[in-house]
Amino acid sequence: MIRWIKFGVFLLCLIPFALLLWKFFGPHPTDTTTWGAGLGPNPVEALEHGTGDWALRFLLITLAITPVRRLLHFPALIRFRRMFGLFAFFYACLHFATYLGLDKFLNLHEILADVVKRKYITVGFLAFCLLVPLAATSTAGWIRRLGGKRWQALHRLIYFSAIAGVIHYLWLVKVDILEPVEYGIVLAILLAYRLFVWLRPTMSPTAVARPKVAVD
Amino acid sequence: MLIKKFDGIRSSEITDKDLYLNRRKFLAGVGLGAVAAAGFGAKELFAPSMTALATEKIDGIQKSAFSTSEKITPINTVTHYNNYYEFSTEKEEPAGLAKNFKTRPWTVTIDGAVPKKQKLDLDTILKFAPPEERIYRHRCVEGWSIVVPWIGFSLSELIKRAQPLGKAKYVEFTSIYDPGQMPGQRRQVLDWPYKEGLRMDEAMHPLTLLCFGMYGESLPNQDGAPLRIVVPWKYGFKSAKAIVKISFTDHEPMTTWNLANPHDFGFYSNVNPNVERYHSQAYERRLGEFRPRPTLMFNGYDQVASLYSGMDLAKNY
Repeated sequence: MIRWIKFGVFLLCLIPFALLLWKFFGPHPTDTTTWGAGLGPNPVEALEHGTGDWALRFLLITLAITPVRRLLHFPALIRFRRMFGLFAFFYACLHFATYLGLDKFLNLHEILADVVKRKYITVGFLAFCLLVPLAATSTAGWIRRLGGKRWQALHRLIYFSAIAGVIHYLWLVKVDILEPVEYGIVLAILLAYRLFVWLRPTMSPTAVARPKVAVD
Repeated sequence: MLIKKFDGIRSSEITDKDLYLNRRKFLAGVGLGAVAAAGFGAKELFAPSMTALATEKIDGIQKSAFSTSEKITPINTVTHYNNYYEFSTEKEEPAGLAKNFKTRPWTVTIDGAVPKKQKLDLDTILKFAPPEERIYRHRCVEGWSIVVPWIGFSLSELIKRAQPLGKAKYVEFTSIYDPGQMPGQRRQVLDWPYKEGLRMDEAMHPLTLLCFGMYGESLPNQDGAPLRIVVPWKYGFKSAKAIVKISFTDHEPMTTWNLANPHDFGFYSNVNPNVERYHSQAYERRLGEFRPRPTLMFNGYDQVASLYSGMDLAKNY
């Protein structure tokens, strides 16, 4: 059963990717005789923004798993966390690849100058880099190899990746900061929950788990 | 017991302000729902027809030696990819949101360092000189560019008639402020109304266009109707749209983007591949092309270089 649900969720997570691909290569929204214009007059920009949006969204979904499963007493959600995290990495890879290949056309000089000089690129690059070790150590084998405690400590890097990702978006927009601020508020809530749990030992997962065991 | 007097109108009866302001959209939505419910127009829903352009053909258009021979960007791109924050900060949205924007009657106030302040009717202005087609490169500071067959005449034709006084060193353009018609102005994204400015010699340069049409017709609303300027050697935001006031001043005008972010959007904002602002400006993507192309100094309009001789363009960006 859980395998089928997982498969379904996996397919759902691929929908944004499929839509972007379809719009990129598919028919024009109004003139169906032309193809490859579904993303509008500037498809590279649309692809860059679309993949970036979804990378951020999946980061937030991943970060929401722990609070939601605790607050709603829905422990099974943990089984989806890795998948969401890897999808965040997947969309971040697409985002980064679009920037490198389509936006900058692999112009190394321009890319290096961007990463070094433009703070919003620097912080976006940082957000991406922080996800790499997490994706690499996402398997059960790596949890065993590192040991649960160390693995968990390493994976707290996602907090910093998400913060860097939101700052990347905030610094990128010229004046209309509404959307990045919305992402920022969601992230702030998700991180505040963790701070709250950390400051109040009675709220710690083990303390919560004890009565639950009795009920079960 | 205190009995609250009933004042006749229950708060539930008062139309929400947003809903009132957007009543056309609301009605359109209801209408669309009805159409969908009736089982018609499924195709319309998935592929809404292109926004009809309420434009009129302009007669007697003359060719111009300033025109480039480069491939003209399709009109559909130029009308559906607009940085027009008065309507929306999303470039696809002004096409729909500006549909019912009223461009008549329209007057332009001429004031400041002029012998007499005047209010000119748009139709009077349009008769100042014969319309010319100017096919210009247009480069946005965001890194994209288009080639547009604008229609208008040199701004100098209007300035000459305004007879600015000797102390007039700059020209300030004020765009319309009408949040009722321009939903983007209901948010303080920028300091409305939009203001732009040019130095007098820039404004008088024959390339600087007072523009009221494109592609053989009057300007579509989302492209700055009914009257805008086009300064092809500067980043697009310098070319103010829907102008209602032209003032002559003795000091450099405060401009909207400069006010919002003085570091990235300087007063001059000449297209310059060597000065990095906001992005690297070395390359641009011509809409419709895949591979970025190198950006040219002054957007390829070298004839304006003499306006800036002796100026450090890295400083006066």
